[in-house]
Amino acid sequence: MIDVQNLRVSFGQGASLVHAVDGVSFSVREGETFGLVGESGCGKSTVLRALCSLNPDWTGTVSIAGAALAPVPDRAFFRRLQMVFQDPYGSLHPRHTVNTTLGEPLAIHNIPDRDRRIIEVLDQVGLGAAFRYRYPHQLSGGQRQRLAIARALILEPRVLLLDEPTSALDVSVQAEILNLLSDLRRARGLTCILVSHDLAVVAHMCDRLAVMMQGRIVEELDVAALSAGRTTTAYGAGLLAASRGYDKRLASSLTADEPGA
Amino acid sequence: MSTTDPAAPQLVVDDLHVRFRTPQRIVHAVRGVSFTVGREKIGIVGESGSGKSTVGRAILRLTAPNATVSATRMSFQGTDLAGASERDLLKVRGRRIGMIMQDPRYALDPVMRVGEQIGEALDGRGLSAAERRAKVMAMLHAVRIRNPERVYDLYPHEVSGGMGQRIMIAMMLLPEPDLMIADEPTSALDVTVRMQVLAILDELVTSRGLGLIFISHDLNLVAGFCDRVLIMYAGRIVEECRAADLAAAQHPYTRGLLASLPRIESRQDRLSVLQRDPAWLEA
Amino acid sequence: MSTARTWLRAEVTTSPLHARLQRGYYGWLRLRSNPLAFAGFLILIGLVLVAALAPVIAPLGYNEQSLAMRLKAPSAEHWFGTDELGRDIFARIVWGARITIYISTLVAVIAAPIGLAVGTTAGYFGGWTDTVLMRINDMFLSFPGLILALGFVAALGPGIGNAVIAIALTAWPPIARLARAETLTIRASDYIAAVRIQGAGPLRIILRHIVPMCVPSVVVRVTLNMAGIILTAAGLGFLGLGAQPPTPEWGAMLSTGRQNMLGAWWIAAVPGCAILLTSLAFNLFGDGLRDVLDPRSE
Repeated sequence: MIDVQNLRVSFGQGASLVHAVDGVSFSVREGETFGLVGESGCGKSTVLRALCSLNPDWTGTVSIAGAALAPVPDRAFFRRLQMVFQDPYGSLHPRHTVNTTLGEPLAIHNIPDRDRRIIEVLDQVGLGAAFRYRYPHQLSGGQRQRLAIARALILEPRVLLLDEPTSALDVSVQAEILNLLSDLRRARGLTCILVSHDLAVVAHMCDRLAVMMQGRIVEELDVAALSAGRTTTAYGAGLLAASRGYDKRLASSLTADEPGA
Repeated sequence: MSTTDPAAPQLVVDDLHVRFRTPQRIVHAVRGVSFTVGREKIGIVGESGSGKSTVGRAILRLTAPNATVSATRMSFQGTDLAGASERDLLKVRGRRIGMIMQDPRYALDPVMRVGEQIGEALDGRGLSAAERRAKVMAMLHAVRIRNPERVYDLYPHEVSGGMGQRIMIAMMLLPEPDLMIADEPTSALDVTVRMQVLAILDELVTSRGLGLIFISHDLNLVAGFCDRVLIMYAGRIVEECRAADLAAAQHPYTRGLLASLPRIESRQDRLSVLQRDPAWLEA
Repeated sequence: MSTARTWLRAEVTTSPLHARLQRGYYGWLRLRSNPLAFAGFLILIGLVLVAALAPVIAPLGYNEQSLAMRLKAPSAEHWFGTDELGRDIFARIVWGARITIYISTLVAVIAAPIGLAVGTTAGYFGGWTDTVLMRINDMFLSFPGLILALGFVAALGPGIGNAVIAIALTAWPPIARLARAETLTIRASDYIAAVRIQGAGPLRIILRHIVPMCVPSVVVRVTLNMAGIILTAAGLGFLGLGAQPPTPEWGAMLSTGRQNMLGAWWIAAVPGCAILLTSLAFNLFGDGLRDVLDPRSE
């Protein structure tokens, strides 16, 4: 469904050139959820932004649903692929009502039957038609993220990119949103890429995952291996250990080696 | 003034209330919170809006101007904090009780070198420049900064998040306080860096016999890091238990929160969703 | 009344109109809670009413001369006195309000869209587009407004229409600056990224997503600039390059009053006060509008 070969993304020029993504290759099967994990600045979000052409300056070959991704894709491309952002407060237009936010993609693609589609998608994400004329500031964080998911789904895409969809939410709300995503994924047969720094979320949602460090994939494994703690690299093992909660002995061993100082 | 008995409470808070006045109504953010802190690591856990950060700020009366703080009793080592004047509080803030914020980038002065900033805590002790520098260096060393000479002359924007938080810890520990309040000190950090910063905090707090109030939304982290945990919901403490016993918590809210966490080890088909009970508001 | 209020304060809005009215209602409440801004608002409403009702308030018109009544001091008959041709100054001020409103509205209607269009385009596209548009902008900004307007009027010929065009040409660059700065922040936000992923083109993004976010600050800016616009219009009138006699433009009145200032202070003082009061009102109102239009304060 998604095939990425030797993806490179760099920012800046000359001496300040930074390779944010430095030769990343992976592929995702239809209906699968693939996780990209790593610490801040490892390039995981940059990969996602390149896939949805928010950043056109990339090299390599990417194909999505059998078609090669052009640097500037045509409009129809976006009916196949959509994205949910991390921050539910920043990803919704503050002056657009729920209705406008959901109607906009339909208007862009000249899709008829807008009222029915809007009410339908609001029901599917558990908001209901009563929310139709509210502004984002009248919604809670969880409700906003439901709206963002509705906006991504109203074009009926086959691929959904999830950029830390729950990291700005409380744990109880996170559970609701993750359940919602699981249900929708099953009902619509979505193929997903989930970017997260939280290994527990990735373990819960994904089938396979890749660990990224400094713009490269250092390790690729399936979730059973992750749950069993069978990582193959020291970096992956360290990340996994640190994600299990605070442990005095482990933490002291980490401080012995401090990078950058 | 400080006592040597580790079990003796340093900070006593009795029936703390914080109310915020907004144009529309009065928001009762903290509704009758009581607890004590000895020379131990105590965690305050809750979701956003539970009032956990407000409690931390109210102890030092650092709440916003539209807030009113009231308590039957709020005293630290015999000093009354609830009724203290602003001038008296200045002697407590930073000197006897330190505070670490979530994001060091906002807490550090951007136009002042790191070393000088840490040294400011020593103002008014009549130290020579060399003595002062030596103390700062020792402190930077204590927070495991390997190259203190270089870090001393850096500006805050030149250091990473983890380093910034170490610098904050150094700055707060220098005046040798007896209690430290840390509000989500590691939420903005990557997991491995988080472990390093926590290890440093753990070691310094234990070796110096400080009390620590650790405010966090992360149940797992608090369970591993703290000695005792207070769970807050809607401005009240709904449960208090030993951190080691958190898995066996009694209150349905705590249990619900724990159950809603995804786990690395085992995969559930669906996560359990917290069903909020209006009765918890009164409990 | 109370049911209407409950409806406006409803937690759940049930239609687009309801949502918009609720937003307007909360804005109104915020304006009411700021006494200075509200005072400015009332003065401006007063100005509009006076202009609209000019034929009722001063039925004789602004050009009724009576040489026998030259240079009379304010009295019960002539509230603001008479000028050198024996015309009632009160009537001229009342009719002059129409000109002031005409000028300020027209300038706003011309300058704000130009500024918005230039600023958002430059900000959204960046690169060469930005450089070219902003250097043109700088050229306009580097002249004092009145001098630039003077040049235009000198080229186009005196008259109130040309004065408006000239002032509008000097009024758009600060708006473009502001709109560009706002656009740079908005462009980087996730909600713009989201609409780009939906496949929207640049024109749609600018018009439907960026402009609505810039409008509040532009409205505030235009309102605050309105004081300057009125002063520039008065300046042009004062120099004889704006409205031509016998049009009762306040600046022109001030100018003619200057010749008799020592003997008849009211001829210059009254239009001067009118200009002062109006520009003050625009400033006060503009300041309050900043809070009213801020979506975060809801």
